[in-house]
Amino acid sequence: MNLGSLITDTLANTLDVSLPLFRPELCLAATVVLLLLCRMLPVLRHADSALVALGGVGFGLWYAWSDFKSLPAGGDLLAGRQELFTGLLVYDALTAYVRLLLLGFLALYILFTKVSGIPDREDGADFYTLVLGGTLGMCLMASANHLLMVFMAVEMASVPSYALAGLLKGRKASSEAAIKYAVYGAGAAGIMLYGLSLLAGVLGTCHLPSMTVELAKTAHAGAAGGSVMVLSLGGLMLAVGLAFKLSAVPFHFWCPDVFEGAAAEVGAFLSVASKAAAVALLLRVAFTLGVPAGGEAAAQTLAALDDTRHFMVYLVGLMAAVTCTLGNLAAYGQTNMKRLLAYSTVAHAGYLMMGVAAAIAMAGVTAAGTRDAVTAVAFYLGTYVFMNLGAFAIVAFLRNTLRSEEISSYAGLVRTSPGIVVATAVVLVSLIGLPPLAGFVSKFLVFSALVEAISAGAERPLLLVLLVVGGFNTVVSLFYYLRVLKVMTFDPPPAERATEPFPLVSLPGALVTALVLPVVGLGLFWSGLYAAAQLAGAFAS
Amino acid sequence: MDAAASITQPALWPLTAIVFLPALVAAFLSLPIVPKAREEFIRWTTLFTTAVVFVLSLWMAWPQLFGAAGPAQFRLGDTGMQAVVKLPWIRAFGIEYLLGVDGISLPLVVLTTFLSMLAAAASWPITKHVKAYHVLFLLLETGMLGVFVSLDFFLFYVFWEVMLLPMYFLIGIWGGPRREYAAIKFFLYTLLGSVLMLLAILMLYFTSDLRQLSPEQLLASHVVSPALDAGAQADAVRAVRDAKAPVHTFNLLALAQIGQLPNSPFAATQIWGMSLEKWAFLLLLIGFVIKVPVVPVHTWLPDAHVEAPTPISMILAGVLLKLGGYGILRICYPICPGAGLDLAWLVCGLGVVSMVYGAFAALAQKDFKRMVAYSSVSHMGYVMLGLGVWSAVAGHDYRWDAWAQGVNGAMFQMLAHGISSAGMFFMVGVLYDRVHHRNLEEFGGIFNRMPVYSGLAIAVFFAGLGLPGLCGFIGEVLVTLSSWNYSRALAVVSAFTVILTAAYILWAIQRVYLGAEYKGPHGDHLTAITPRELAIATPLVFFAILFGVAPQILFNYVAPSVNRQVETLADWTRRVHDAKPASVAAIGEQGPGQDVAAR
Repeated sequence: MNLGSLITDTLANTLDVSLPLFRPELCLAATVVLLLLCRMLPVLRHADSALVALGGVGFGLWYAWSDFKSLPAGGDLLAGRQELFTGLLVYDALTAYVRLLLLGFLALYILFTKVSGIPDREDGADFYTLVLGGTLGMCLMASANHLLMVFMAVEMASVPSYALAGLLKGRKASSEAAIKYAVYGAGAAGIMLYGLSLLAGVLGTCHLPSMTVELAKTAHAGAAGGSVMVLSLGGLMLAVGLAFKLSAVPFHFWCPDVFEGAAAEVGAFLSVASKAAAVALLLRVAFTLGVPAGGEAAAQTLAALDDTRHFMVYLVGLMAAVTCTLGNLAAYGQTNMKRLLAYSTVAHAGYLMMGVAAAIAMAGVTAAGTRDAVTAVAFYLGTYVFMNLGAFAIVAFLRNTLRSEEISSYAGLVRTSPGIVVATAVVLVSLIGLPPLAGFVSKFLVFSALVEAISAGAERPLLLVLLVVGGFNTVVSLFYYLRVLKVMTFDPPPAERATEPFPLVSLPGALVTALVLPVVGLGLFWSGLYAAAQLAGAFAS
Repeated sequence: MDAAASITQPALWPLTAIVFLPALVAAFLSLPIVPKAREEFIRWTTLFTTAVVFVLSLWMAWPQLFGAAGPAQFRLGDTGMQAVVKLPWIRAFGIEYLLGVDGISLPLVVLTTFLSMLAAAASWPITKHVKAYHVLFLLLETGMLGVFVSLDFFLFYVFWEVMLLPMYFLIGIWGGPRREYAAIKFFLYTLLGSVLMLLAILMLYFTSDLRQLSPEQLLASHVVSPALDAGAQADAVRAVRDAKAPVHTFNLLALAQIGQLPNSPFAATQIWGMSLEKWAFLLLLIGFVIKVPVVPVHTWLPDAHVEAPTPISMILAGVLLKLGGYGILRICYPICPGAGLDLAWLVCGLGVVSMVYGAFAALAQKDFKRMVAYSSVSHMGYVMLGLGVWSAVAGHDYRWDAWAQGVNGAMFQMLAHGISSAGMFFMVGVLYDRVHHRNLEEFGGIFNRMPVYSGLAIAVFFAGLGLPGLCGFIGEVLVTLSSWNYSRALAVVSAFTVILTAAYILWAIQRVYLGAEYKGPHGDHLTAITPRELAIATPLVFFAILFGVAPQILFNYVAPSVNRQVETLADWTRRVHDAKPASVAAIGEQGPGQDVAAR
């Protein structure tokens, strides 16, 4: 093949296949450039960066939506799968779903930050540049198909987050959070990069599906102990990087400090978007490495990869159990609302990983079951957007009126602003996982994925343990979520509080209502979101 | 199943209104357009709503009172599910909005609406945050009624959990001095039980397979609505039975049919060396007995009852405890009959232990309300025993009528206890509102100061004691009689418990109502009973007497459904359980089988 035809092919592939499916990301990238341009050109200096960002995200959302809608419903699922940019990225149902989720979240998020007043006008351009850039990285995380892209995407999502954590420039805690986050992140990234190089070195390729084939060959040939050792080590190191993004124990230490130090708005971004992308990447890596794409030797390869999947199930499953338990137990002692939500985020990462573990466990056993489990995780992410964004929005708005984020400062809030207390109750009870709220359905689906896997006989002992741990954690989590409600309702208000902190009939009130209503709505009528999540689940089968 | 939406369902609106009207009014009351200061308006609206719901439930239960019976109303003597409402809810999981009543659930529904109405009337002394209180109260009523009429396990679970949060706040905000502790303890215990229940629900769901059921069974369990025309029925049946993958279900009736199949998948699946049936039975049982409650998981009850405000104590004792018994009867036994049979000793044993422990604990209390709370533990022990003996007679000879006696007794005991315990808590509340203490040692001489009130109170306490001629007697005697067939020791113990019951109740009456004069604090506040209180107490006393002298009124409703369920399970025991080689030795001769058939 000569250079000319190579260029023509690549160009044709890029223009005809890759770029059309890359439009949402392009919109984000263009908006970032536009935001920076606005700063430089005197004419555009006074443009509201939130609106500019919202416009760009709107375009991206529209493209993401039209991509998602044109996914083949049911039927042959590999038909929708496309490798982009010569295999660096992959476009499939999971990409489309997570991208839609991220951009939808981003639109809500920009509205929320616009109302809450952080960032101020001065910081707006910087803030939205970082947020949009981070989200761009997260979209890439969901579609990475190459170790290089895995690393690039993780870094692209992380670096803006470090800067965001330090957004409140005057505050010592914020700067401390940023530096802690950056150092921790750099360490995790270094370890992950090392792991990636080990994997690539042994398998001789960085392209994930090709790695799967090599992995199967290695396993099939009964590889010498040495290379298995190196591969496991590489896998573990890769898991460190992912666990850092997921804030899974024992790589969660940054989470409470960053959430406490950074503004609540930043916490919302990290807890929702970052988590969704990390879960998507975990699914992507696990399923690409553990399950061969269709084809001639798929069944044989699938069997050869049993050990790989077993390794991954135990890794993810045990981490899930520990993450969930530790998150819930640690949340118990918190007095700062953002810190409490940070541990709640950690705990929810655990529940999500339980779903992922169930999905991987069933991958070799039943296709329908795998799909159900991935659907459960995708559904969970969908409801999580509203629950956590709602929770952080309430924290931010209460901070604006009460000037405090301590739980004790919420005492007796029900006397003056019952509406906001009801909204908080809905969000927190949904996070506990009680019906008829969205959080219950999510938890129900994850548990049912575990039970389905158990009844299919996949990895039974571990998944039974996970099921018990999940149930136990639901009970434990009751304490700390209810404590917040207890303070808000049972305790008498402090004497010096201003009388009218937060009417529900106001712009922030309307936003909170708009975030809380889906939490109730999705708890009662979840067929629609479930069908969408099922499309995403298709990627695994 | 899609056609289900288009067929006419006469019970759709009546049943939906009974369940959701309180929630709808709660939503209305919570709107800002209802000012907080309009307390009287809020109270009257709540009372009116509960009254409307009560009349609606009465309309269903007693059509003769309202003229000719319509298709949505209850036909006495019909043993199956009636007034079934079936709409698809979540198709991906086959979850349905499936409601219905039979002789087991309908009396409990009426009890709930009746007690809710009385409790709403008893809520006048609540002066703190009146609006929030009534909103939560109405939400609680929706949750309770929903549990009794749900026939879909998922829906059942949703309603079951919906009750928790209102109850938490009702105890935690309007309760006594230790309210926060009591509220979280209540929530924690119940949530623990419901998480276990959720695990059992999922296990059953994923093991169930509707394809195993015959077309008749599919129709009987309303998987395929019998209201469809024949062609549509056949199509729907075929759609289920010809499915390629297992068709899982949350339908309680269908799960019961599957559980009673000779090749029940629940019995066949093993987890950690125990059948799934047994696991599910145990997990569900723990969830339900926490609600009943049974020793040793009863400790939330004295705290919750004592700290809760009077109307909420009435609801707790009158209705919430019955949810546990109802769950065991409706879910545990029909779905897991084999486990029920094997674990009969456990259920009966728990019942008797609670009975005795509750009675002794009640004897030791100094706090009037706490004494009444422990009496509930003791009385609900009879319910457990009555439900337990049901499955237990297999080793002896087949006397299904003896089992039915126990279950009927348990059902009657639940209803009677609903009346008497709500009455007792109300009577304690009346005193507490006046003198603001409940110390049994400091009472005495109330009869002289409040003769009308004391007369009514003594009647209610006698009903709780189980005096013949009052409602408490019938259930206890039936349960004790039927347990004789299972284990004489248990029967003797339960009979002797009556003496303990008499002791603590008579002693309490003596210490509170009798005596020369009241010497405790706030003696000058002991005013005569108000008309409002009289209006609440009188119906309770009236029904306590009525059901004591004419228990048939209740048995007409309860017995046909209970008998049918027991007969079905008796038949199952013979057909399936004893047909297994391992237990052949334990079977008696074939004779009693014909006895059952003859009935």
